Amino acid sequence: MFAFDQVIAARLLTSLTLGFHIIFATMGVGIPLCISLAEFVGLWKKDVHYLLLARRWARGYVITVAVGVVTGTCIALQLVFLWPGFMQLAGKVIGLPLFLETFAFFFEAIFLGMYLYTWDRFQNPWLHWVLSVPIIMGAVGSACFITSVNAFMNTPQGFRLENGVITAIDPWQAMFNPAAPSKVAHVLSSAFLTVSFVLAAIAAYHLYRKKQHEYYQKALGFTMLLALVFSVLNTVMGDWSGKFLAESQPEKLAAGEWHFHTGARAKLIVGGILHEDTLETEYALGIPLLLSILAKGTPDAKIIGLDQFPRELWPPLYVHYFFDLMVGLGAYLFVVSFLFVGLSFLQKRGKLTRFSRYNRPVLAAIMAGGPFAVLATECGWIFAEVGRQPWILRGVLRTGEAVTPAAYLPEMLVLFVLLYVFLAVLVTSVLVRLFRKTPPEVELEARKIIL
Amino acid sequence: MELHKIGIAIAWIFLYGYLIVASIDFGAGFFSFYGKLTKRDHIINAIIDRYLSPVWEVTNVFLIFFVYAVIGFFPDVAYMYGVALLVPGSVALLLIAIRGSFYAFANYGARKNTVYLFVYGVTGLFIPASLATLLTISEGGFISVDGQRVELLLHQLVRSPYAWVVVLLAIVSVLFISASFLTYYADRANDTEAREVLRRFALYNSLPTIFVSFLAFFTIRTHNPEHFERMLSMSWMFMASLACFLLALALIIQRKWYGTAFLFVMLQFAFAFFGYGRSHLPYLLYPYLTVESGVTSDAMGVALIAAFVGGILLLIPSLFLLMRLFVFSATYVQGRK
Ligand code: HDD
Ligand code: HEM
Ligand code: HEM
Repeated sequence: MFAFDQVIAARLLTSLTLGFHIIFATMGVGIPLCISLAEFVGLWKKDVHYLLLARRWARGYVITVAVGVVTGTCIALQLVFLWPGFMQLAGKVIGLPLFLETFAFFFEAIFLGMYLYTWDRFQNPWLHWVLSVPIIMGAVGSACFITSVNAFMNTPQGFRLENGVITAIDPWQAMFNPAAPSKVAHVLSSAFLTVSFVLAAIAAYHLYRKKQHEYYQKALGFTMLLALVFSVLNTVMGDWSGKFLAESQPEKLAAGEWHFHTGARAKLIVGGILHEDTLETEYALGIPLLLSILAKGTPDAKIIGLDQFPRELWPPLYVHYFFDLMVGLGAYLFVVSFLFVGLSFLQKRGKLTRFSRYNRPVLAAIMAGGPFAVLATECGWIFAEVGRQPWILRGVLRTGEAVTPAAYLPEMLVLFVLLYVFLAVLVTSVLVRLFRKTPPEVELEARKIIL
Repeated sequence: MELHKIGIAIAWIFLYGYLIVASIDFGAGFFSFYGKLTKRDHIINAIIDRYLSPVWEVTNVFLIFFVYAVIGFFPDVAYMYGVALLVPGSVALLLIAIRGSFYAFANYGARKNTVYLFVYGVTGLFIPASLATLLTISEGGFISVDGQRVELLLHQLVRSPYAWVVVLLAIVSVLFISASFLTYYADRANDTEAREVLRRFALYNSLPTIFVSFLAFFTIRTHNPEHFERMLSMSWMFMASLACFLLALALIIQRKWYGTAFLFVMLQFAFAFFGYGRSHLPYLLYPYLTVESGVTSDAMGVALIAAFVGGILLLIPSLFLLMRLFVFSATYVQGRK
């Protein structure tokens, strides 16, 4: 074991980079799908508004991709610099999806270049739309591969460790580890949900500022419909992830739910304060039977508690708050998108018309949903990663054993903090300037003449 | 062929790919800045932008590909280099990050800003310099290994003439590769004015490239005589490299066949780079780590090669399409579409 500070510094730097990357990675996974769908609708209905939507999203997307690529390069190399012991071992067993991920990047990067610079080049506009399909494949593919690596860290398999020597390596088995399916599904659904809400929040912001152009109304209706679909899908996938944990990683679920005593008819604990010495909770909302029902499907199911694990292997118990926040925000996103879509549905049938669906409280709720969705993603990752502690590779390698012995780690931490502050300011100002400079009204004017 | 040979060949091919595409990109950034300083930016920058815009992202992927290929095929490298390179590696990352994000900035009109162009141009020279230093370190003598303790001997590194020659070589090569490509690109665009400026850049950097290459050859002799011996035993590759250089230079001087000239520049670097790489073997890190000792298991090796073949089958047609649409499309290059 190296100095305590070394582990703390390395973990801080890793979580900082990943926490920053994941925002842009989530955008990178979700935006191509939204662009493609908007262009599809635009071509199908011959509606310029949707085509312009696709164009403007694509333009913003370039900037988020640039930062995604930059921070992704950082995290890829930082894993080698900060956790050399882990990467050495991981390289031997889980190198395959990492390697495959680069092909997905390549594929995406190549077609993105084509897509962005060929808007008006083809006689048949559907050909341009076709170019968006490989972009989605690349983005989704890279998310699948990298998430499979992360799943491997939670349920490592495909090798044997004998006296510190790795044998019987099976890269395919490692890649298709038990945690992969539910994790990949939930990561993808949450990325689509987050992006739909972020894009909806932008449209809502413009409507809130009293810009009543049809363009914004269509943008909002479209993204809120997507948000509703993905919010339902995401809840199902999140439930699947929870059921998976109950089965295969019970200590993570138990820490997230503050479930200390193994037993049937388990109570679900929401919020509250924990007294770490007595393990008593205060001010928590306890719902009888619900944990058993959610985790295993029946109230009589036995749920493993933390009493089955030695105390030094317990994950930090504060992950409970991150779990609750993620689920709470997920519920919020569902309610808001359901309300809006329901209201639109009724109004198109001539009901409830005295009550505009573009009223300010509704728009404000949607605007809050964008940042909330990003926050939920961050909470989900913190729960998933901190909940794996003290292991970096569950049951195989502890985080403290994998950290680099190299000097000057704290200095590097400071350096990267400065970099991310700089990047955050730069991205925000570039995006704001870009969209302020050419408002859609102006672009529509310019285009209508051509079309 | 044995696994370790296939593995190193794949990694090396992609590093070569990075060398070419990244050089074009880095050099272009520097020329933009230099053009601005010497008030010729209005002539050359349009050409540079037209080429870079659609392909910049592909460049970075080559680097990541190299890193993952090495980790996949030679996982032990991750440990030794990972520990040794924390500080220099982080600095290189910082440069890459700044440059990459400035690209996004540039897309939206910041190109006219001198500070921006300065950062963009200068990081483009520092990045190849720091990456080339990685190869220097692999020659041995700059890392001390004591069990699990691995340390980079920074003082030795900055005092080594060989290290500085390699840095210089990286910089002039970048400028030469970039200028000869952009000359060709400007020529295809029928932009005579830009072509003449860029052609002059190519010529200015041609002789320094070859001169510094010779210097590198002779400094490695004192730094790592064993490696030098192996280089001599395959000296035909370096001769071939020189021949390609002379052919390229002759064509550029005669204002003829710029495309062929650039092809020869690529061959020049291919021969030199693969000659260097082959003679570097069997060491990944002299004298601690060889390709045989560091190679991954057979099962992983087979899986990686299968992935590689599948991936390449997917990539080649896509890259071909990209080239068709942008680099080799006369209407695009000339700015009509
Ligand atoms: C918009 C974001 C978002 C929302 C609203 C939710 N999640 Fe989530 N959740 C994620 C975004 C996310 C994530 C970022 O995608 C995580 C982090 C790691 C992972 O695998 O997915 C995650 C992890 C994660 C895990 C841990 C998986 C593991 O470590 O293997 C569970 C059990 C859940 N989620 C369950 C839920 C439930 C029951 C939700 C009910 C609404 C929910 N999540 C909403
Ligand atoms: C589930 C979490 C993650 C997702 C969904 C994700 C997704 C993405 C996406 C969409 C991009 C943009 C790539 C492009 O558009 O070309 C990206 C970039 C990148 N990511 Fe992540 N990523 C995740 C986590 C990680 C982690 C943990 C690593 C490191 C091992 C990583 C390594 C990279 C690299 C190296 C790049 C830059 C690729 C390039 O040069 O184009 N990512 N990632
Ligand atoms: C992309 C989404 C991800 C996010 C946002 C994320 C977030 C985090 C956070 C917050 C930590 C700190 C945990 C702590 O300090 O207790 C962490 C640790 C870590 N993560 Fe992840 N993670 C992601 C995916 C991945 C993936 C795909 C990998 C592997 C390739 C990975 C590898 C690591 C490693 C090596 C550590 C440090 C050791 C540890 O604390 O366990 N992460 N990550």
